[in-house]
Amino acid sequence: MSEPTEREVLERVDRVRRRRPRVTDERITLSHGSGGKATHALVEALFVEAFRNPILEPLEDQAVFEVGQARLAFTTDSFVVSPLFFPGGDIGDLAVNGTVNDLAVSGARPLYLSAGLILEEGFPVADLRRIVASMAAAAERAGVQVVTGDTKVVERGKADSCFINTAGIGVLERDVRLSVSAACPGDAVIVSGPVGDHGITIMLARGELGISSDLRSDTAPLTDLVGLVLEAAPQTRFIRDATRGGVATICNELAQASQVAVVLDERAIPVRPEVRGAAEILGIDPLYVACEGRFVAAVPGERAEAVVAALRGHPQGQGAAVIGHVAAEPPGLVLVDTAFGGTRILDMLVGDPLPRIC
Amino acid sequence: MRDRPAPPDAPTPATEGGPVAVTSAMRFVDEFRDRDTARAVAARIAELCEPGRRYGFMEICGGHTHTIYKHGIEDLLPEAVDLVHGPGCPVCVIPMGRVDDAIWIAEQEGVILTSFGDLLRVPGSRGSFLEAKARGCDIRMVYSPLDSLRIARENPDRRVVFMAIGFETTAPSTAVTVLRAAAEGISNFSVLCNHVSIIPALRAILAASDLRVDGFIGPGHVSTVIGCEPYRFIAERHGRPFVVAGFEPLDILQSIQMLLLQLHEGRSEVENQYTRVVSWEGNRKAVRAIEEVMEPRATFEWRGLGWIPDSALQLRKEYAAFDAERAWEVPAARVADPRACQCGEVLRGVIKPWQCRVFGTACTPEAPIGTCMVSSEGACAAYYNFGRFSRPRAAAARRG
Repeated sequence: MSEPTEREVLERVDRVRRRRPRVTDERITLSHGSGGKATHALVEALFVEAFRNPILEPLEDQAVFEVGQARLAFTTDSFVVSPLFFPGGDIGDLAVNGTVNDLAVSGARPLYLSAGLILEEGFPVADLRRIVASMAAAAERAGVQVVTGDTKVVERGKADSCFINTAGIGVLERDVRLSVSAACPGDAVIVSGPVGDHGITIMLARGELGISSDLRSDTAPLTDLVGLVLEAAPQTRFIRDATRGGVATICNELAQASQVAVVLDERAIPVRPEVRGAAEILGIDPLYVACEGRFVAAVPGERAEAVVAALRGHPQGQGAAVIGHVAAEPPGLVLVDTAFGGTRILDMLVGDPLPRIC
Repeated sequence: MRDRPAPPDAPTPATEGGPVAVTSAMRFVDEFRDRDTARAVAARIAELCEPGRRYGFMEICGGHTHTIYKHGIEDLLPEAVDLVHGPGCPVCVIPMGRVDDAIWIAEQEGVILTSFGDLLRVPGSRGSFLEAKARGCDIRMVYSPLDSLRIARENPDRRVVFMAIGFETTAPSTAVTVLRAAAEGISNFSVLCNHVSIIPALRAILAASDLRVDGFIGPGHVSTVIGCEPYRFIAERHGRPFVVAGFEPLDILQSIQMLLLQLHEGRSEVENQYTRVVSWEGNRKAVRAIEEVMEPRATFEWRGLGWIPDSALQLRKEYAAFDAERAWEVPAARVADPRACQCGEVLRGVIKPWQCRVFGTACTPEAPIGTCMVSSEGACAAYYNFGRFSRPRAAAARRG
């Protein structure tokens, strides 16, 4: 038997990558919550398997379904951020904006939210007041109402101070069908602003790295910006907010679900110098770092300039940019043209974005 | 962010002295990533290649491997230049038995095991640190051994063990931490010492009959400590040019140019490309700190390379109180690498990552069999994550 060539090996590797993921671990590790490959394996092998239905299966960030004459979007999200308070926001506005954005990126107008709080015995009421006030302010800014809720208190040590779950309902008034599997060769890939601000802000706010900066979280509702994209490009294929796993994860989800290649131009990706600097020191790639007020969109190539112009006309979208395009080959992969002039793959994240040691 | 960016029990304020402002960090980086300069150096490299001749250059350090793939440096090189990935990824050379020993210690009553983040997913024979942590062991990620010492200070009723790994780059900080623990009289802190030395590993590689290397891209960080002199035997006795290189992509390209120029002119010398950081003599103070606290072990097992005499460090008996191997009778079982794993051949540069029979199929970054697939500096992980793509297909995709 002759030795396989590099190309044959890589094709075999691609076939293996396309297999349905399995969960082989005996216990949940932190990797399962990182938003990368282990999270995907858990969702697809465990949750989709158990709950299988046509609304869930597309694995969008929200479920879209019809009730009577109305098309509704429905989603939920849990928030366990530490520290609870950080420059630019806190767990309260994050919990509102996160769910609002998961609705908004489907093209829906977010309407109503629920709020479930899990509090640890001994948690200061003053902190809770602060969190609730910022939830109320974020809800008002996003034009939604918190209409139902629940509170649980657990013994000291059984939860870390305060966790929040929110769920939300929105209504689709436009005739749009955005989907992670709708990208076509020739589409442009757009990001609505500089990436990585939130994640780096949180890492620095934890105080363990001895690095200071003026960075602030980008947490914000995206409803208005999504509206601008849909007006400038009614044939928009896909929008998703770049939260856990960052821009890299979304591009991988898009490439895999649409069976296209996503080719990014490293020089075009907006990253603040502070974020680049901190990420460089930590040995992590800003493309994997979470945002809480940015989305990635795939729009027909000929509408790209109009979309970016519309976004830049809004105070929240001034950093918007075309960061790449969709190609037919090789399906399922994300490539980066590096600033240095080479090419590399941008894969899903494995494990937590941990710093390298040397 | 909907999840914690780092493990929830990662430490709080670590660095002593004030915080570092981050804005200036990139100021000096961009010029080392300039596309036009890169093209100019690449053109010079192509000119220096003699027709019909092939060149194999080993980058010893995992940091270089990472840079090469992250920036797509191979795309700029002529076909005739082949980069061979060496044994300088500290995570990759840790044998399974040492991971097992560390987990065994973590399972003892009252122990907190601390480790750099890179090690958390390295498989031992009974799973990784991450899995041991999920089973209930108190394993915490730290950024520096001093963080570990602080955890010991804050938890006087616990025994805190630092899993020390790395070449001469990280050994000084472990040594300094032990000295500080001794000075402060902290009795609940110890080190499981796995520090290794680069020179014996290079000797082992040079002794191998299947070596296909015409020159070496020398490890920049290690050389800041040991200097350039120790590599002289490679140039003089083994006739192979050696260029100590920095970690930006232009550093690597320039080092390749310097190696080719030496070969072209029939020279074989140790040269220093990374003069902005590395001095010929190295850092004597750091070397003295290592020598004060540590001494060579008679022999040490390297993942994939086997047992290499005088290749690792252990704590001197004067510091026995801080030596986890003396505090516990660790099982110290020799665990054979899984049969399918070819990390050893990858680490010696005999095969490319993709030539390993389990590459990307049974062994992937999410379920690694070998250590080379774990760390982002491991040759297999770097190739899988960044480079797993043939140049013609990439070019086709770029054209859209």
